[in-house]
Amino acid sequence: MDTTLDKSIVNIDEMVLNMGPQHPSTHGVLRLKIHTDGEVVSKIEPIIGYLHRCFEKHCENLSYEQIVPFTDRCDYLASMHMDHAYSIAVEKLLDIELPERVEYIRVIIAELQRIASHLVAIGTFGLDVGAITPFTWTIRDRERVLDLFEALCGARLLYNYIWPGGVSHDLSPKFIQRTQEFLDYFETQIFEYNELLTGNKIFIERTADVGVMPAEVAVNFGVTGPSLRGSGVAYDLRKTQPYSIYDKFEFNVPVGEGTMGTVGDSWDRYWVRMVEMEESIKIIRQAMASLPDGDVHAAMPKKIRPAKGDVYSRYESARGDVGIYIQSNGKNVPLRLKMRSPAFCNLSVLGEIGEGWMISDVITILGSLDIVLGEIDR
Amino acid sequence: MTSIVKSIINSFQAFPIDPFLLAVLAILIPGIIIFLIMAVNALIAVYFERKVSAFMQDRLGPMEVGIFGFKGGKKFWGGIGQTFADAIKLLAKEDIIPKDADKFLMVLAPFIIFTGAFLTFVGLPISDSLVISNFNIGIFYIIAMSSVGVIGIILAGWSSNNKWSLYGAMRAAAQMISYEIPIALSLILVVLVSGHLDIHGIVQWQADNRWFILHSPFAFLGFVIYFISVVAETNRTPFDIPEAESELVAGWMTEYSGFRWALFFLSEYANMLIVAFVASIVFLGGWLSPFQLIDLPFIDILPESWLVLDGTIFGIFWLFMKAVILIFCMMWFRWTFPRLRVDQLMYVCWKIFIPFALANVILVSIWELIF
Amino acid sequence: MDLNKIFDSISFIDGVKLNSEANIIFVTSASLLAVADKFKNDVNIDFDFLMCITALDNGDSKNFTIAYNFHSNKHNHSVEIRVVVTDDEEVPSLANIWKTADWHEREAYDMMGIKFYGHPDLKRILLPEDWEGFPLRKDYKVADYYHGVPIPKDKSYWE
Repeated sequence: MDTTLDKSIVNIDEMVLNMGPQHPSTHGVLRLKIHTDGEVVSKIEPIIGYLHRCFEKHCENLSYEQIVPFTDRCDYLASMHMDHAYSIAVEKLLDIELPERVEYIRVIIAELQRIASHLVAIGTFGLDVGAITPFTWTIRDRERVLDLFEALCGARLLYNYIWPGGVSHDLSPKFIQRTQEFLDYFETQIFEYNELLTGNKIFIERTADVGVMPAEVAVNFGVTGPSLRGSGVAYDLRKTQPYSIYDKFEFNVPVGEGTMGTVGDSWDRYWVRMVEMEESIKIIRQAMASLPDGDVHAAMPKKIRPAKGDVYSRYESARGDVGIYIQSNGKNVPLRLKMRSPAFCNLSVLGEIGEGWMISDVITILGSLDIVLGEIDR
Repeated sequence: MTSIVKSIINSFQAFPIDPFLLAVLAILIPGIIIFLIMAVNALIAVYFERKVSAFMQDRLGPMEVGIFGFKGGKKFWGGIGQTFADAIKLLAKEDIIPKDADKFLMVLAPFIIFTGAFLTFVGLPISDSLVISNFNIGIFYIIAMSSVGVIGIILAGWSSNNKWSLYGAMRAAAQMISYEIPIALSLILVVLVSGHLDIHGIVQWQADNRWFILHSPFAFLGFVIYFISVVAETNRTPFDIPEAESELVAGWMTEYSGFRWALFFLSEYANMLIVAFVASIVFLGGWLSPFQLIDLPFIDILPESWLVLDGTIFGIFWLFMKAVILIFCMMWFRWTFPRLRVDQLMYVCWKIFIPFALANVILVSIWELIF
Repeated sequence: MDLNKIFDSISFIDGVKLNSEANIIFVTSASLLAVADKFKNDVNIDFDFLMCITALDNGDSKNFTIAYNFHSNKHNHSVEIRVVVTDDEEVPSLANIWKTADWHEREAYDMMGIKFYGHPDLKRILLPEDWEGFPLRKDYKVADYYHGVPIPKDKSYWE
């Protein structure tokens, strides 16, 4: 029996749905123009630019030291990573040798920030799928990380902490001890998250085999970070091209293996984030065990005035590969600064892998890609 | 046993009243009683849900608003007046109807849902001798009246002139109509076994034998199917796809605000209460106390005085206890599970529940014949 | 593979020059597609990641430079190539070879006004569709009005 629809008799119109800039689940001001046939999506077009704040144009009028708070505000959920990426780029231009203590502090802070950012990603992913409780638990644990940061530099979200040449303040007196306590507490919490969300049958049904991103498609679109590692590609800048002192630490790079479904589905991307948090705990413990003494302001230049030249430096942030391209002409203000944000490329793949799924799945896929509009629009 | 309507008519017949006025009184007073039950239930259930959800999420819930001398603040009952305050706020809110919406249908929709819940209460007894109107087709009437609410949801989604509401309405239509089949099939089990359609006969059968859930393992399976299906029927997570917050903003309720939204909410909690009542009556023995169950003829575990805990007042208490426990389970589900996608939901209904429920009917009959 | 070897593999193409002190390969826009093809398909080079496309203004908003950063996952080497174009020249689009280029080229067009021919859908990405001007150019002047709302130039009364 031929069950295909005879289009000459039945007229099916495509519906154009606007998942508008204001929506509970688009992780920021993002507009998705979705063409649907009933519940099944035939075309998705992400429209961005609602959060554009002219970051790159501002940088052409600000001195190198003044740019650091602006980089914070690009990816506001992982601000330390943005500061760190920018500082590494400027240090390459200036050719500075940093004291050991500064490098160790930076690694500890960066990994704590990675934990905090992944907590938000996991919580909001659960929220998108419908599980409301894990969100409150992850936010509660993230508050403890934010407490550590607040004791360190006074700010909870936008830190302005990692400056080119060093860090702004040395570690607060009880920082090491409080971090140890936090890490011990957090390891039991990861177990609870796995109990509630990861092994939940309904969660697996919603996310396994949904939004499968083959490795070639991911690489072609420039996807990096946990979204790429979920597709089976073991590409982590901390291992392949180690910057700072990451080559001194032992940690694994989790890669999606299709445990619950196909390789590269939403469950794999979520799973990679869960395991990365555990790896970050390892790195922090190793770093705190061998933290040297020293003066954190020793290598800070009084005035940053790099020689004429260009640099493109790459960094592994919570979302992927951050690229900072600085063009300097000898003044204390950069001639051109470009930030290649990971979420920019991660979002562009949504048009490719979101087709053919239902609307509920589009939300799931968007949540698993973990985007932050601040760094997409800059 | 007589129903409230009949007793009103009987008691007032002594006075020389116009029969028309008598009829109006006989309708009005039970109507007010039912409305009061629904309103009080909504108030308590909303507070209950907020506190339960808060404690599960490692936070405290409403803590500040106090009422009638219960001050807000540190104690865990601090937020007791929150629902009153919310109700008053909702009543005072501006009534917004979108420009191109179908005004008549949009105003009508909440009332249809409310009417569905209201009518179901008419045939639902609360105790041995307390029922609004004594139907001899009890269960059948209840199943039928619960189906009236679907039309209201579809109208609400359609009339809002909003693509998102339309999605919610379409999903709701499919879901609620499909899940009525496993509900009806599970309720038929008790009718088969006890031979009565009216509620008193069912509870009487359970008083004479044992609670229906313990009748056979298949009856237990019937209870499981029934309970999960009513979670789907009342649009609670994991089946709350029509009002999925993270996808459709608020689904079919998006364009509603103020008093109409309060009516929707009232009806949702009234529906929860109804299905919990029906589950308790049909499967868990209704207004019978559990001590009767434990009382074995040859072992004297319980003191004699405990067996007296039957009768009208205690019957109400037992029924409400069982219903509250079931409602707590429904709230527990909501905050633990993610939600199912639409096609998975329909798959569960048509390919798992309905075959099992059908098989159940046959197996329970066989069990009843053999034992 | 180091930079010299990579350059040797593409040196047969016209217009390709190596700047050894800056470690950058300069390419003309006519030879860009041939170079891109070689980068993608040559097994020893195998640049599967196009990391970043940066549009640079050479100072007078008449000449622009486009910098492409490539990376290979398998061989773990990177390279940067640059194309210098004038205002009216159009650069071939790499969007059919690496899909990353799709949005990056839209951004380069949006911010600098560089046109790419062969691009599937070249329109503004970060700014609204009806914006006038290309902001990152050095000679960019902010317009006076946008949709009837005046854009303030004198900020002394609030700074």
